[in-house]
Amino acid sequence: MKTRLVNTALPVALLGILGLLWEASVHFFEIPSYILPGPWEIVKVMWQRLDLFAAHGVVTLIEIGLGLWVALVVGLCLAVLIHASRIIERSFLPLIISSQTIPVFAIAPLLILWFGYGIGSKVVMTAIIVFFPIVINTVEGLKAADPDTLALLHILEASPRQVFFKVRVPQSLPFVFSGIKIGVAVSVIGAVIGEWVGAREGLGYLMIHANAQLQVELVFASIFWLSILGMGLYGLVVVVERLLVPWRRGGSSK
Amino acid sequence: MPLSHAGKAVFYMKKQGGNSLIQVEHLSKAFSRGSDTLQVLQQISLSAAPGELIAIIGPSGCGKSTLFNILAGLSSPDAGSISLNSKKVSHLRGRMAYMQQKDLLLPWRNTLDNAILGMEIQGEQKQLAREQARDLLKTFGLEGFGDHYPQELSGGMRQRVALMRTFLCKKDILLLDEPFAALDAITRSIMQKWLLKVWAQFGPSILLVTHDVDEALILADRIYVMTSRPASIKGSLQLELQRPRKVTEPDMVNYKEYLLGLLEEELTVSEP
Repeated sequence: MKTRLVNTALPVALLGILGLLWEASVHFFEIPSYILPGPWEIVKVMWQRLDLFAAHGVVTLIEIGLGLWVALVVGLCLAVLIHASRIIERSFLPLIISSQTIPVFAIAPLLILWFGYGIGSKVVMTAIIVFFPIVINTVEGLKAADPDTLALLHILEASPRQVFFKVRVPQSLPFVFSGIKIGVAVSVIGAVIGEWVGAREGLGYLMIHANAQLQVELVFASIFWLSILGMGLYGLVVVVERLLVPWRRGGSSK
Repeated sequence: MPLSHAGKAVFYMKKQGGNSLIQVEHLSKAFSRGSDTLQVLQQISLSAAPGELIAIIGPSGCGKSTLFNILAGLSSPDAGSISLNSKKVSHLRGRMAYMQQKDLLLPWRNTLDNAILGMEIQGEQKQLAREQARDLLKTFGLEGFGDHYPQELSGGMRQRVALMRTFLCKKDILLLDEPFAALDAITRSIMQKWLLKVWAQFGPSILLVTHDVDEALILADRIYVMTSRPASIKGSLQLELQRPRKVTEPDMVNYKEYLLGLLEEELTVSEP
């Protein structure tokens, strides 16, 4: 409990110090707010324009949420197929890996062209970024089953189906959640890039719009809200993981 | 032979006849790595009667686990045969349960659900299996720990869960491969008592591999001594002593000296 308190207090304290330094420098060097507003001003905007951020934030949240779902469904199915067949593994995996060398930014305009100005293109973009860590981690997790445990199941004359559901799936869950956590952390990028390239709503759209009008405090406020959104989603995944993978809490298992 | 005491000990150079449940004859196995061939088992013969507790001791690395893997059907022998009730079989899988030094408990299953793994795989209904297991928690010294996860249990308890899982497979043959080797001395001695207790209650035939001479003497009806690699049976020892046994009893001391003598011969032979 004590270490947990320290673990929370330390980053919060550091954040506070950095905020104070930022605030002090803005005043000391008399930086105009259209170049760099102080954190206090940004926090004020975050709160005063709450309705604006809420309206745009909900759109971005829905894009990210749907993107995550699509990535999860596609990612898990692909991982199971890759695990089940060496032919699929050999043909799909290199392509999946090399697909990650293409920056999403580069294909964003195309995705807008294909999936429209609305929410669809952002969902696809988010899913493209997020599905990769989910696939890779799930494949690793399905492979990670302990050979001695597999031998035990073999001796007990378990069917391949029983081995899969009783050992491989539960064994892979911690890996799947690692993948989801990485995915969630980068999911915001997908949605925001989508909104930058072409959208009429969303926090990314709001940023671009405010930037053009030199409303820099609005840009910063959007960034902060995006960050809060991302952290909230991450926290949600951690909570779900604790519910679904309770055995991980009791410390390491040998 | 220092064995003239009341507890009869017989030194068999050949396999025993009689009503054996398992009969292993002239089992050989070699592994090849590149151009090298490593003979691991050479003409192993042994037998076990129904309900008999057999211990197999030998120098470490002599191939005891290879023998068990063959019996379990995880690998196949180059030569020799296995018979079950005088019928030739390729392995004992389906008729036996297997326990290792590693408890192999599934970390996402609590005590009860780990214990019923074998039953579940055999198609028994989960709820019914759980009820049966719950009734046995006390027998295995796990009362009140039914819903604990393995990582919340001590080493001895985990091993008892593994033992319970092995017994709950409801097979008449149990292969125990150094089941208590990883435990500390006190826990090990308690576990040996547990084993005898549940063995008496359920009555399976047990093949126990161990490198602990005391453990073999305390538990077994019969002890086979294996040679160092390539392993063959050096001899066997019939123990007709009352249980519970103490290693300090004169008979036991004699047996131990005798067995250690056999094992030491093996060690000196294998050294360059």
